[in-house]
Amino acid sequence: MVINGEFKNGKLTVFLKGDLDHHAAREAMRELTLKIDTHLPRSCVLDLKNLRFMDSSGIALILKTDKRMKELEGKFCVVNVPPQPKRVLNASGISRIIDIREAGI
Amino acid sequence: MKVTNYIKIEFPSRSANEALSRNVAACFAAQLDPTLEELGDIKTAVSEAVTNSIVHAYPNDVGRICMKCRLFEDRSIEISIRDWGKGIADVEKAMEPLFTTGDDDRSGMGFSIMESFMDHLKVKSQENKGTTVTMKKKIERKNLS
Repeated sequence: MVINGEFKNGKLTVFLKGDLDHHAAREAMRELTLKIDTHLPRSCVLDLKNLRFMDSSGIALILKTDKRMKELEGKFCVVNVPPQPKRVLNASGISRIIDIREAGI
Repeated sequence: MKVTNYIKIEFPSRSANEALSRNVAACFAAQLDPTLEELGDIKTAVSEAVTNSIVHAYPNDVGRICMKCRLFEDRSIEISIRDWGKGIADVEKAMEPLFTTGDDDRSGMGFSIMESFMDHLKVKSQENKGTTVTMKKKIERKNLS
């Protein structure tokens, strides 16, 4: 799992690459939290374009990020979701409570 | 029903083996010529089951996990994940969506995902003896164009 981020005009975009499973989730969450706490962004975009695989560990990561952004009174959305992660998001029902978009904010 | 092929692998409950086990299951299933979506479903379900064993069956130590995959002549695949860990006290409760005994790294969606991505799911568990999760999915024959 590779995590990259860019911060511009109050917007933090984080790119996840590889497999997001339980093995990768702890480190991914740590990195993501660190980026958010460093920049305190007004909005956070999680870009999954290069995510090859995701299981329910990804749901926990998305929910935690959403919670953190709500604490900061900022916006949060997930973009460019490939088909396999999308099926996991849909099966979990969180696509009803999280902003999932085709492109960025 | 006749079993046409099978594999059995055993590995320690280390999280690096989550990717290994789901990829082995997907490679084995590939001989049924599944769609990418069907393969993704199998990988996801295996990942959830193996992660459960790693996180919940052996919370403080490293134990054994055994994965068996069998193909049947009706083009279905059966995957069973077995551990000899601490077991589940109340299987019915554990299978409820959002229920988890884990910390906030876990979503409590594992069994719901296994259930929705596979055709059948059976969970057998005994406290301090272990848990066996058996899942089955039929791979439809594609029309050759």
